[in-house]
Amino acid sequence: MKQLTTLLLLSLLLLGTTTAHAEKITVAAAADLKFAMDEIVVSFNKQHPRDQVEIIYGSSGKFFAQIQNNAPYDLYFSADITYPRQLADKGFAASAVTSYAVGRIVLWSNSRDAARMTLENLIDPALRKIAIANPRHAPYGKRAEEALRALKLWDKVQHKLVYGENIAHTAQFVETGNAQVGIIALALALNPTLSKQGGYYLIPDKLHQPLEQGYIITKRAADKPLAKLFAGYMTSKEARRIMTRYGFVLPGETVGK
Amino acid sequence: MGFSDSDIQALWLTVRLSSVVTVILLLVGTPIAWWLARTGSRWKGPLGAVVALPLVLPPSVLGFYLLLAMGPHGPVGWLTTGLGIGPLPFTFWGLVLASVFYSLPFMVQPLQNSFESIGPQPLQVAASLGASPLDVFFSVVVPLARPGFITASIMTFAHTVGEFGVVLMIGGNIPGVTRVASVQIYDHVEALDYAQAHRLSAVLLIFSFLVLLALYTRRPDRQKG
Repeated sequence: MKQLTTLLLLSLLLLGTTTAHAEKITVAAAADLKFAMDEIVVSFNKQHPRDQVEIIYGSSGKFFAQIQNNAPYDLYFSADITYPRQLADKGFAASAVTSYAVGRIVLWSNSRDAARMTLENLIDPALRKIAIANPRHAPYGKRAEEALRALKLWDKVQHKLVYGENIAHTAQFVETGNAQVGIIALALALNPTLSKQGGYYLIPDKLHQPLEQGYIITKRAADKPLAKLFAGYMTSKEARRIMTRYGFVLPGETVGK
Repeated sequence: MGFSDSDIQALWLTVRLSSVVTVILLLVGTPIAWWLARTGSRWKGPLGAVVALPLVLPPSVLGFYLLLAMGPHGPVGWLTTGLGIGPLPFTFWGLVLASVFYSLPFMVQPLQNSFESIGPQPLQVAASLGASPLDVFFSVVVPLARPGFITASIMTFAHTVGEFGVVLMIGGNIPGVTRVASVQIYDHVEALDYAQAHRLSAVLLIFSFLVLLALYTRRPDRQKG
């Protein structure tokens, strides 16, 4: 019995020392990164098995408000680079604002072949509901509105629009068949669950402002080497390969199909 | 306090939705509450549990199931499409249907309590004087259970005003159709427009307080009656 107790105490001590050496960071990431970032963390952990990177996905605007109220995030990957820029201006950043990708929007459907559609097809009366992210606060929704306005389609389709809370919610409206088609992130249309269900039409990026995405290391993580290490990993060959596979255009690359 | 047109539209929509839901639940909830109050059936437990489900279920669960059920591939969607109404998500009546489920216990439970507190005696007396069951209900039960009807209606109305998660999941945030006050506030907050969020939130806060105040100051009355 006494031996057992000693063994337990010893193992606890060992456990304590290992965790003391390993680092842990919490990353706030935009919803469109959901699948890509999961894979990047797995690949990062292969090289740094003892470090822990915890990702929280959500809306960029919500994280923006939370970080100003001292939310415990060490890194912030926003779908809209203007949010981290504003945070940096207000002194909440411990790094430069770094652009990590440009997002693209697509028409997506699982009830008809979106690959053979264009935005002009949206006026078809057979399409009763069209889902987009809320243009008031979701970056992908803003770009969807710009594209529809650029083609003078906004007024013609507005009565058919339903608004998702974020881009994943928007995709869900289409996936459940409640909207016949939606404008979602290319990164989501390329994820295995959705790409199995239907194709997509890439909306020309000249129709809207670029979806430039940026990150910062937050002020609270100024002394955390792991935050810097993980942020740097985004430019690694492996991370870039994953991001490209999910349809993100990377810094230094040209925007195109 | 300047309210934008879209704020007023959202408030008015909320009042309309809550009123319609309260009327429908008075019609649907009363027979259910009556049955639950009177029955000795072994189905009383299961039905009571089903009625109470929205009290404990997260709105995300209810919203998720309703979205699937009312969608074109779900049983409700199949029915409404067959009847020529079309699928219900993103419509006012879709919200009504969802809210009827969501607010069901707030109508049924106060009614059931007040029906139970009447006891069998007044009913037996009325029946022995030759009153038909329907007669007994309207001339004996309804007047005796009046405080219960008032409490249940206020609770149902107020709870529907406070609905958020389900509406967000099946509403699609359409101005004047499904964008109720709670969703409008959420949008203000998301858009970092805290001034507008404050104004509309204050309205709901004051409203909720007044409703509860009315309920709790009525209490002694109710015990006397």
